[in-house]
Amino acid sequence: MTKNAIITALLLSAALFTVWAGGGQESGRSDSDMPEGFDWRRFEGTSIVANFPNHGHYNAAIDAGVIEEFEQLTGIDVEIDLLQYLKMHDKQVLEMTKPRGDYDLISMVVMWKSEYALADMIQPLEPFFENPNLQVPDYDFDDLIPAYVEVTGIAGGENIYRDGPGAKLYGLPFGSETSFLVYREDLFDQYGIAVPETYDELIEAARFFKEEVPGVSGLTMRAASGHHATHAWLLHASPYGARVFDDNWEPAFTSPESIETIEFMRKVVEYGPDGMTGFTQDEEWQAFLQGDAAMYLDASVFAGTVRNPEKSKVYDKVAFAPHPAARTNLSETGGFGLAIPANAANPEAAFLLMQFLTMKETERKIIESGGAPFRSSSVSDPELQARFPDFIALETQLKDANPDWRPIIPEWGEINGPYLGVAINQALTGEKTPRQAMEDIVAPVREIMIRAGYIRE
Amino acid sequence: MKIADRNADTYLFLLPAALIMGAVLIYPLFSGLGLSFFEWQMRNLRQDPIWVGLRNYRELLSNPFFRESFVVTLKFTFSVVVIELFVGLVLALLLERGIRGLRFFRTVFILPIMVAPVVVGVIWRFLYNPSYGKINYLLGRLGVPAVGWLSDPDIALGSVIIADVWQWTPFVFLLLLAGLQSIPEDLTEAAMIDGAGYFQNLIHVKLPSIESVIGITVVLRMIDSFRSLVVIFNLTYGGPGLSTEVLSLHLYKNAFEGQRLGLAAANAMLLLLIIIALSSILLLRRRKG
Repeated sequence: MTKNAIITALLLSAALFTVWAGGGQESGRSDSDMPEGFDWRRFEGTSIVANFPNHGHYNAAIDAGVIEEFEQLTGIDVEIDLLQYLKMHDKQVLEMTKPRGDYDLISMVVMWKSEYALADMIQPLEPFFENPNLQVPDYDFDDLIPAYVEVTGIAGGENIYRDGPGAKLYGLPFGSETSFLVYREDLFDQYGIAVPETYDELIEAARFFKEEVPGVSGLTMRAASGHHATHAWLLHASPYGARVFDDNWEPAFTSPESIETIEFMRKVVEYGPDGMTGFTQDEEWQAFLQGDAAMYLDASVFAGTVRNPEKSKVYDKVAFAPHPAARTNLSETGGFGLAIPANAANPEAAFLLMQFLTMKETERKIIESGGAPFRSSSVSDPELQARFPDFIALETQLKDANPDWRPIIPEWGEINGPYLGVAINQALTGEKTPRQAMEDIVAPVREIMIRAGYIRE
Repeated sequence: MKIADRNADTYLFLLPAALIMGAVLIYPLFSGLGLSFFEWQMRNLRQDPIWVGLRNYRELLSNPFFRESFVVTLKFTFSVVVIELFVGLVLALLLERGIRGLRFFRTVFILPIMVAPVVVGVIWRFLYNPSYGKINYLLGRLGVPAVGWLSDPDIALGSVIIADVWQWTPFVFLLLLAGLQSIPEDLTEAAMIDGAGYFQNLIHVKLPSIESVIGITVVLRMIDSFRSLVVIFNLTYGGPGLSTEVLSLHLYKNAFEGQRLGLAAANAMLLLLIIIALSSILLLRRRKG
C-alpha cells in the first residue's frame, strides 16, 4: 500500500467516525424542541456532581430519564449523590466550607437558603443568566411560579429571607411546594361528609372518621420531635395567624394564636392514626397511602405519589381541595430549590443542568413521571388539569401561598428542631401543656436571637 | 550501664507507636478541649473561632435541655447495664456446662452484635411501627390495644432500652460465659462435696470467682452506653420531646443542627469527664474490694 493510500484511508476513517459520532449526538438528543442556536455541548467531557434528596419529585425526575437525556445532549457526565433530605445539610455545609467542594449543584431545603447565601456558600444566579453563552433561549424565567421563586431562590431582601431591596436570586424551584387537602373521596361520598373549607369543619370530619368509621382515622400529620413537629405547627399556625417572631424578632410563639394552633393539633393527634406523635413525613404519607387516614393536609408534592398505583392503595379514591381556612387560608411555601455552591468545580456546567431540569419541556416529562409542577403554565394547563385534578386545587391555592410562612434566617436550624420542634412535640404528647411547653423555650430562643444580634438589649 | 542502654533502646522502638498514638488519640482530645473555649459556627468556618472562655460550659450547664438529656443518659445507661448483666448472667449460667446444641445457641446469641447499629435502629423502628409493625400486630391479635412504642414519652425510653438490650446482652453473655468456664471445676466440686446447693455455689463460689470479669463488663458497657448514639438516632432521634435524647445526641444536635462547634466540643468534654468519673469510681471500688 502506498503512503497516499494510507493517508486516504485514514482520512476516510476519520470522516466516517465524525459522521458516526455526529449522528450519535443527533440521535442522543431528545425529540423535544431544544432551543436552536444554543451550544449545549460547550462543556462536553466535563463531569459534575449533584446532591439530591431521596424525594418524590427528584425520584420522578430520575425515573423520567431526564438526567441521561441531559448527558446525551451536552456530553456532560452527571453523578448524583442521593441522600435522605434532612441529612443533606450536614454534608452540604461540610462540602461548601472546603476550598474546593465536591458538589457542583445542590438541592437545598428552602429553610437553608439564607444560611447558605449569607455565608457565601452558594452563588448568585444573575451573572449566569446575564451570560448569553449560558442562558438557554426561551427559558421563560417569568413562567416559574413566583411564590416558589421567592421562597426557594431569593435571599438578602426584607428580613433577610424575603424579596426586596438588596435581594439576590440564589436558587431555582425544583421540588417546591405549597399545601393542600387530599381526602378520600369514596369515604366522604359514602358518609355524606362535605369537603372541609374551615378548620372547624376539618376537625369535625377528623372526629367523625375516627369515631364512626372502623379502621379509618381522621387527618394524618407529621409530629415527631424536632423539624417535623415544627413543620406541622407552621402549617396550621399560618391559617391561625400565629408567628414565630414578632416585628422586633421577639419570640411570639406563646401568643394566643400559637396556643390555639397547638390545641387544634392535639385534636388532630386524638383523631389521627395511632402513634402520630412519632410520625416523620414518611409515616405521615404512609398512613394515607395505606388507607389508614381519611385526610392529608400538607405538602402538595404528595399528589404525584398518591396518584401512583404502585405506591398508593388509594390512588383511585382521592380528591384534592384547597387548604381550609381558620382566620386565613394562607398555605405553606417550602420544598426544595437548586443552587450552585460557591466552591463548585464546574459551576457553568451545573448551571446548564439547573436550567435543563427546570425548562418547560423537562418539567412536562417529570410531571408525567409523578413529579410536582413548578411553572404557572403547567399548573393552569387545562389538558394537564383534566388529567391531574390536583393541579386545579394547586392553582387555586397558589394565590394564597404564604411567602412569609417560616422565618428563614440563618439561625433557623438552631431554633427549628432543637427548641420549637421539641416543645411542640412535648405539648402534643401531653408531657407539658401547650403554654408551658412554649414558655419553656422562650429564654433559650431569645438567647439565640440576642447572640445573633436580632434583639439588642 | 547495660540495663540502662537496653531501656533506651526500648523507648526508641516504642517511639513510633507513641507518636502515632499521640497524633490520633491525644491531639484530637486536646484540639477538642481547645475548641470548647471558642465560638465557631459551622456556617462560618472560614472565619476564625472567637475566644469565649468558659461561656460554652456555662451555657450548657444552665440549659434545661442539656440537664434533661443528662438525666435521660443516666437512666438509659443504668437500665441497660443492669438488665444486660442480669440477662447475660442467666443465659451464661444456663449454657455454661456443655448442654446439647451449645455451639448453635452461642452462634445465634452473638448474631445481634454483628448487626450494624444503624440497621438495628431501622429494624426496631419497623417492629415498633404503630400501624404496620409486627409487635403491635401481634398484640392486636391478643386483644391488646396499640402501644405508642416510640410516640409515648413514658414508653419510648423503654423501647430504646429493649433494642439496646437485644443487641448488647450477647456481648455480656460471652464475657461472663468465658469467665464461668474458666473457674476450675474442682473448686465447685469441693463446694458441692461440702454440701453447698446450686445457689450457695453460685453466690459463694462462682460469682466471687468471676467478679473481675463482671467488673470489666460493667465498665465496658457503661462507657459504651454512655456514648450510645446510632440506634437512638435512627429509632427516635431523641423524641418524643426529649424523652430519649441522650447526651451524645444532644452533642450531635449542637454540632449539626445548631452548628455550634465550640458548644458541641464543650458538650463532648463534659461527656468525657462524666465517663472518666464514673469509670474511675467503679475501678477504684474494684481495686479496694
